Amino acid sequence: MQTEKEKITEILQSYPREQRYCLAIMQDMQKQYNYIPKEGMEELAEYLGCPLSSLYSMATFYKALSLKPKGKHIIKLCDGTACHIRGASNLRDGVKRILGIEDGETTEDGEFSLELVNCLGSCALAPVMVVDDVYYGKVTMERLASILNSYREEGESA
Amino acid sequence: MKTIRVCCGTGCLANGSRLVAEEFEKKLKELKADAQVECEVKRTGCNGFCENGPLVTIMPEEIAYYHVKPENVEEIIEKTILNGEPVEKLLYKNDQGQRVTSQSENPFYAPQKKIALRNIGKIAPCSVEDYKASGGYEALKKALAMTPEEIIAEINLSGLRGRGGAGFPTGRKWESAACYDVTPKYVACNGDEGDPGAFMDRSILEGDPHSVLEGMAICALAIGAEEGFLYIRDEYSLAVNNIKEAIRAAEAAGILGDDILGSGKKLKLQVVRGGGAFVCGESTALMASVEGRVGEPRAKYIRSVQKGLWEKPTVLNNVETLANVPYIILHGGANYASVGTEKSKGTKVFALVGKVKRTGLVEVPMGATLRHLIFDIGGGIQNDRPFKAVQTGGPSGGCIPDSMLDLPVDFDTLKEYGAMMGSGGMIVMDDRSCMVEVARYYVQFLCGESCGKCTPCREGLKQMLAILTDICEGKGKIEDLDLLEELGEMMQDASLCALGKSAPNPVLTTLKYFRNEYEAHILEHRCPAGVCTKLTSFAIDPEKCKGCTACAKACPAGAISGELKTPHHIDKTICISCGSCREACRFGAVMTEGRDA
Repeated sequence: MQTEKEKITEILQSYPREQRYCLAIMQDMQKQYNYIPKEGMEELAEYLGCPLSSLYSMATFYKALSLKPKGKHIIKLCDGTACHIRGASNLRDGVKRILGIEDGETTEDGEFSLELVNCLGSCALAPVMVVDDVYYGKVTMERLASILNSYREEGESA
Repeated sequence: MKTIRVCCGTGCLANGSRLVAEEFEKKLKELKADAQVECEVKRTGCNGFCENGPLVTIMPEEIAYYHVKPENVEEIIEKTILNGEPVEKLLYKNDQGQRVTSQSENPFYAPQKKIALRNIGKIAPCSVEDYKASGGYEALKKALAMTPEEIIAEINLSGLRGRGGAGFPTGRKWESAACYDVTPKYVACNGDEGDPGAFMDRSILEGDPHSVLEGMAICALAIGAEEGFLYIRDEYSLAVNNIKEAIRAAEAAGILGDDILGSGKKLKLQVVRGGGAFVCGESTALMASVEGRVGEPRAKYIRSVQKGLWEKPTVLNNVETLANVPYIILHGGANYASVGTEKSKGTKVFALVGKVKRTGLVEVPMGATLRHLIFDIGGGIQNDRPFKAVQTGGPSGGCIPDSMLDLPVDFDTLKEYGAMMGSGGMIVMDDRSCMVEVARYYVQFLCGESCGKCTPCREGLKQMLAILTDICEGKGKIEDLDLLEELGEMMQDASLCALGKSAPNPVLTTLKYFRNEYEAHILEHRCPAGVCTKLTSFAIDPEKCKGCTACAKACPAGAISGELKTPHHIDKTICISCGSCREACRFGAVMTEGRDA
């Protein structure tokens, strides 16, 4: 099995040592770990020969990047305008009632993270929710609970 | 030979179109074993009518089916593929209740004129052969035989203006970049479609990526660039995949890469995934992001056509703009300019969404009226409720009331009224949308997206948000309205980039056209639309309630009690004022009341 450090090195070496690949490298780390680990930031700073502080500003500026570990399942709840006027706020309250988490938070058991996102470009199906890249359109409060439960059960049976 | 087109855009995929396509393939395979059936399944890009997906169209008969499920596949094969008869129940029902067979008879598609979306839904998105079969890369061939000046002259003649929202003449942009004698130069595509409620660029990138690549290649020939970038939102995973696949296919076919169609000219294109920052849709912020830096805009004393990416001349065009380019070169600028209005030529794609009956992507000639878009194509308001406003242009745009529905939509007209056409998002709102809350929503959105570099935008939005939140919670003061206007005007004047300059538009237009709603919140502590939870409570009219239990089922808080077929009751101590019961009730029995009533 690959060690963490090897994995980070592998991501780094798939790109040339140029500043322009900085965002792409960070996105790849985010995809791999669901966040950017401290070691990853340090290795990247050395690889590109840039200060750690400039990477920190990248990681905090871009919404796609996170310095905190995320849950196993990532719930992206769309709060774009079309979803908003078709009841996205109610779904946000629903997730809070069911899982006890708000935007940007992760459940204590590390199963779910909630991200309120701006627009997923599927407005015709509003309100839209995406769990781990699976799209759910026209989500109602009733469906919300059953969708979330399906991920929970999957975790239990595994 | 028959073709079964199965829409596999993001919307239809969410509705389960992949299973439908697989079922067709499986059933056809079985059939081929014992009969002669010549039929192929084609997974196409987004047809724009996502709400009615999965969409399936049988060619050449052009029979269009909606809401197709895997269990319908057998019947479609038996009736339509083998016997040429339509399956009635899967056809679209028009406003008169008649079933219509083809897309061209469907009231949603019939009034549309497709130029930017010309191939979408018809071709397999990444296939060079399919794109070529519908005339693709012919324009590039033609452009290779033209001089840069001739290409630019043709684009100028067409009157094409930037579809991202600003409406800058595309030909002039190319001309400026072409005149600098500097190498290298860059061509870039803005696919960071951040406006909430807009998805035309996603649809084009997913469904017809080669049209964007061809547009970029033509631009590169005109300005003398050999390298280019496509900056695409990372959230659009299918779009990113398809465009990468299309680049690979075009390079393999010798269309892009080191030797464009044997001409000796080069163009190397790369995809950059966006980092999820709205401000990166702004040209200078986007370029900073492509360079691998924080996406903050800069002041534009020097335009990016002179010093853009890595301080070199760069042309940045929007996805939809680029998709129009091959059409213009192939059919001539004059042909394109014959469509549209005097100053806004060609067509525009709109994302018609919100509380409208038929939602989806719509391409119409510039100058179509809002009424035509919303009531003819969109079929009017859901559940026949009254129309209140249409929000155009995303967070930079404004809310337009019903008295202005007959305005033509083009680059300039809506601006005179404080709104803008923008990139083409069009969100329809009914009497159950609160205009103060909508303004608060946009300001909150922008407050989170402001990069923080300049003070007017960073601080102005924060103060606006505080004031608007107070008003929504019934804590507003009447003098706040003047303060909002003053703040808004300051931000328009003093912000660094277009994000800050246009940020007050949703507030200023709602203040202008819906001031009475603000006043109701402040003076009467009442939200007329019944949206602001702190000012609204709900009650059930026992006269109208039929006891169907729909509201009780919809209530997330368990606040509604009542037996079947007897009037229900809302316990106000548990009620969270979300309004789910009102949406669920089919008898109009749920009434809104003030919080104190």
